[in-house]
Amino acid sequence: MIEPYLQVRDLHVWFDLQGGRSLHAVQGIGFDLGAGERMGLIGESGCGKTTAILALMGLLPPSASVAGSIVLGGREILAGGEESMRQHRWRDVAMVFQGAMNAFNPVRRIVDQIVEPMELHEVAEGKAAERRARELLELVGIPAARARSYPHEFSGGMRQRAAIAMALACNPKVLLADEPTTALDVMIQAQVLELLVGLTAELDLSLLLVTHDLLIVAQVCERAAVMYAGTVAEAGAMETLFHDPRHPYTRMLFGAAPDLYGRGDVVSIPGTPPRLDREIVGCPFAPRCDSAFDPCRVVTPETLAVGPAHLARCHLNDPSVRSAS
Amino acid sequence: MSVRDALESGGRPADAGPAPLLEVEDLVVTYPIPRGIVGAARRAPRLMARAVDGVSFSLRAGEMVALVGESGCGKTTTAQAVMRLVEPDSGVIRFQGREVTGLRAADLRPLRRSMQLIYQDPYDSLDPRFRVLQTVEEPLLVHGLGSANERRLRVVEALERAGLAPADLFVDRFPHELSGGQRQRVAIAAALVLEPQLLVADEPVSMLDVSVRAEILGLLDGLRRTGGMGILMITHDLSTAAHFADRIAVMYLGRIVEEGPAQEVVRSPRHPYTRALLSVVPKRDPRDRSRPEILRGETPNAVRIPSGCRFHPRCPVAVERCPSIDPALHVPEGAAPGHEAACILV
Amino acid sequence: MSGTPPTALAEDAALHETVTTRSRFRFLRSPALRKPATIVGLCVLVAFVLIAIFAPWLEPYDPRAKTGAVFEPPSAAHWLGTDDSGADMLSLIIAGSRVSLIVGFAAAFVAMIIGGTVGLASGFFGGRTDNVLMRITDYVLVIPDIPLMIVIAALFGRRLGNIILIIGIIYWTSTARLVRAQAKSVRERTYVKRVRAVGAGNNRLIWRHILPQVTPLIIANTVLMVAIAIFAETYITFLGLGDPSLISWGKLIENAFRGDAVLNGAWWAIVPPGVCVALVVLACTMLGQSMEDALNPRLRVGHVSVRRFRVLPAPLGDRAARDAAIHAEASKASKGSKGSKREKAAP
Repeated sequence: MIEPYLQVRDLHVWFDLQGGRSLHAVQGIGFDLGAGERMGLIGESGCGKTTAILALMGLLPPSASVAGSIVLGGREILAGGEESMRQHRWRDVAMVFQGAMNAFNPVRRIVDQIVEPMELHEVAEGKAAERRARELLELVGIPAARARSYPHEFSGGMRQRAAIAMALACNPKVLLADEPTTALDVMIQAQVLELLVGLTAELDLSLLLVTHDLLIVAQVCERAAVMYAGTVAEAGAMETLFHDPRHPYTRMLFGAAPDLYGRGDVVSIPGTPPRLDREIVGCPFAPRCDSAFDPCRVVTPETLAVGPAHLARCHLNDPSVRSAS
Repeated sequence: MSVRDALESGGRPADAGPAPLLEVEDLVVTYPIPRGIVGAARRAPRLMARAVDGVSFSLRAGEMVALVGESGCGKTTTAQAVMRLVEPDSGVIRFQGREVTGLRAADLRPLRRSMQLIYQDPYDSLDPRFRVLQTVEEPLLVHGLGSANERRLRVVEALERAGLAPADLFVDRFPHELSGGQRQRVAIAAALVLEPQLLVADEPVSMLDVSVRAEILGLLDGLRRTGGMGILMITHDLSTAAHFADRIAVMYLGRIVEEGPAQEVVRSPRHPYTRALLSVVPKRDPRDRSRPEILRGETPNAVRIPSGCRFHPRCPVAVERCPSIDPALHVPEGAAPGHEAACILV
Repeated sequence: MSGTPPTALAEDAALHETVTTRSRFRFLRSPALRKPATIVGLCVLVAFVLIAIFAPWLEPYDPRAKTGAVFEPPSAAHWLGTDDSGADMLSLIIAGSRVSLIVGFAAAFVAMIIGGTVGLASGFFGGRTDNVLMRITDYVLVIPDIPLMIVIAALFGRRLGNIILIIGIIYWTSTARLVRAQAKSVRERTYVKRVRAVGAGNNRLIWRHILPQVTPLIIANTVLMVAIAIFAETYITFLGLGDPSLISWGKLIENAFRGDAVLNGAWWAIVPPGVCVALVVLACTMLGQSMEDALNPRLRVGHVSVRRFRVLPAPLGDRAARDAAIHAEASKASKGSKGSKREKAAP
């Protein structure tokens, strides 16, 4: 565990639009994910978080172009394109999709759908694969007796568990979870999150939890990266992000979440995120920021280390910019 | 406890106000469960789901009451019954002291003006081909109110009350030219234009981005504080309810199991279900690692309701008597006035 | 595990949506309509419509007059030769385009009105109305069309108006089913529920909210219907059930057969009208199909391309290198803090 298992560096994703224009959905993000570590990727809709993890899975549509570097277990996997991504997909990096219903074929039994990736990747076959599928279902808390059910016979929470079992089929080392609990009730959400935490500890699995809900991340993850307009605005330990945010977006995002005990005012962030089909001048958050100053609107901030394992992309942390203004 | 907290939890003149704007008494709504072809052929008995099974509450002008619960607990059905969009099986709904259950469609029309519903999905609640002006004007046209000029004035006023100011900037836009928050504001304006006394908001922010939720909730909060509107908010999010509502009613399987002043319910929950629900709400502070009390299993369906206390099969503290006694709402020992729970153990 | 997951497509579509303007006829800008097939189809159709409109001025001879010998082969004087009565084939085809296209468009219009109304009523009202209307639709659908056409034509006479009605009455069912499905889904949209909750009546909902939403679909379906109607006109007339006083492409083919064009080796009397029918039918089908593709996103997903996403060379520069250095440093630090955290969490 000397090198982080997954290293993402300067990852860019563009989507071709009609009329020869393009949309720069992910604008050079980078992060590390160690073995057995749980990290959150937080951001609002359209910030590029889902695009980023689809890029990690190599599941982008044909209209996309990718650049950058993804190193998995010491090997660069992005440069080889679809071919090299496919070898790792599901085997090393697996994903739990947002809508659990869409992740399953409605007319095939759950167990067969968990066996499928195992046979594709030649992890296990026939009886052995089916036995493993049942074990996986037990592991996520579904009685093996229900293995031959169809997806519609499962409730939302059970389907999400089965989707997790399917992701674990090939014994991956990294699990990407895209809004795994968005459609679920709080109680079921708590069950699924508890399961995810338990699995990472039990299987030494790395978890990248992608969500808009930073309170969920606060509960589950040790570290998080906060994304805004295709960039990582701030990354660091969850406690640091909450108690010592070094990017106004992080601070304002925490301030916008209501507290159960009514402590503090809830203040929303005015305005809307910038359009990603145009070039952004200066800091992308500047128009909505409560502490923006002149350079923010002109100069694009660099990612700076603002503390141990704490990165932020804000001019407020750059003494040279501050003093110049 | 800050001044604000004190105001929210106990400082309101609880019983001194005028007659409630909305009173719901012992509301019951059932749905037939489709039997399917096989069921019909076997002449299986028609099963009924008791989505709402004896719900009572009241709401004063200027008050915000939150109905909280998991999906399938009957909170949305309750709201729809209040709006008379579904027909209740029994029970009484009084609006401004007047009974509205059993009114005919024609008599309902003036009533529809005074209660308006805000929907969950701002991306689907506006006709994509209608400009903002047309969307907000439509309720006036439906009710045949005002001349073209008056209507425009009222539209502008409603938009500005909903926080879309200056309204001229928005009236000619199509929904796709608006952000999610702005769309929800347009939907709220389309409700406000009829100057309702009661707003029913069904998960008004659950589909919006975290950063804009607060502004929509703040808007609703302002409407009832300054406009004297009563707001019934349906939500699954206890934090939101606790922060913005005056009172919280927690529903489980078609019943209200606990009801009381918002901060009272959140800080000293009495019913074991409320306690479990509160424990799984994600906390804002990552250091707050209080152990969640996770209930196993899913909410049982409303077709086969457990005997006695309907929560007993999942209840962590259930005792022998629970399956046989159906507890009524009562004020538990030591609880603040107006704080009720339906559990025999409190 | 193959193909693109739904989330990716959804996000892609969402990303597109934020930057393209949307209106009822947004589908007209869809890439499905920029295919060469669509453009060719449109050009062919427009050309035939222009020929039909300006027919009297384009005909080189009077199509009803004997202007040459019987079955005269194509020549400079008669580009497409003459028919069994010595009339100029080119003039006949130009004259016939009028009737064929009128029948095609008018019958498609009739089908659109009947199908649209039935579909809208069925989809919007649902319940018993839906059951009854859809049952009727099913019956009409399973009646074999040619015998029915023969019976109706025999009963009501062989007039142009009747033929239009017959074709319209037989072919409205597919429109009805499509419109019903669309109306049903629009009815469930939140904004329709919202306007209903405000107190709006059915009239308003249907005319202001539902009909405009299904109109593009009806138009696309009508274009397809034109092809079917022209084809139907041709074979009705060929079977001798057409209006005897009018010249249409079907009539020309029928005449050629009656006049033993085949025995005389006069291919020019049969092939050109046949080619015209085929061209118009093909043009309408291509156009209508592309419009449906543009309207129906599910069909669009069907055209999954084999092309994958592209990997571009990394935009390397000192920025990327600096980022890498910062991350390396940060992750080293993270190890330390994580270790301590785990110890903390253990007891």
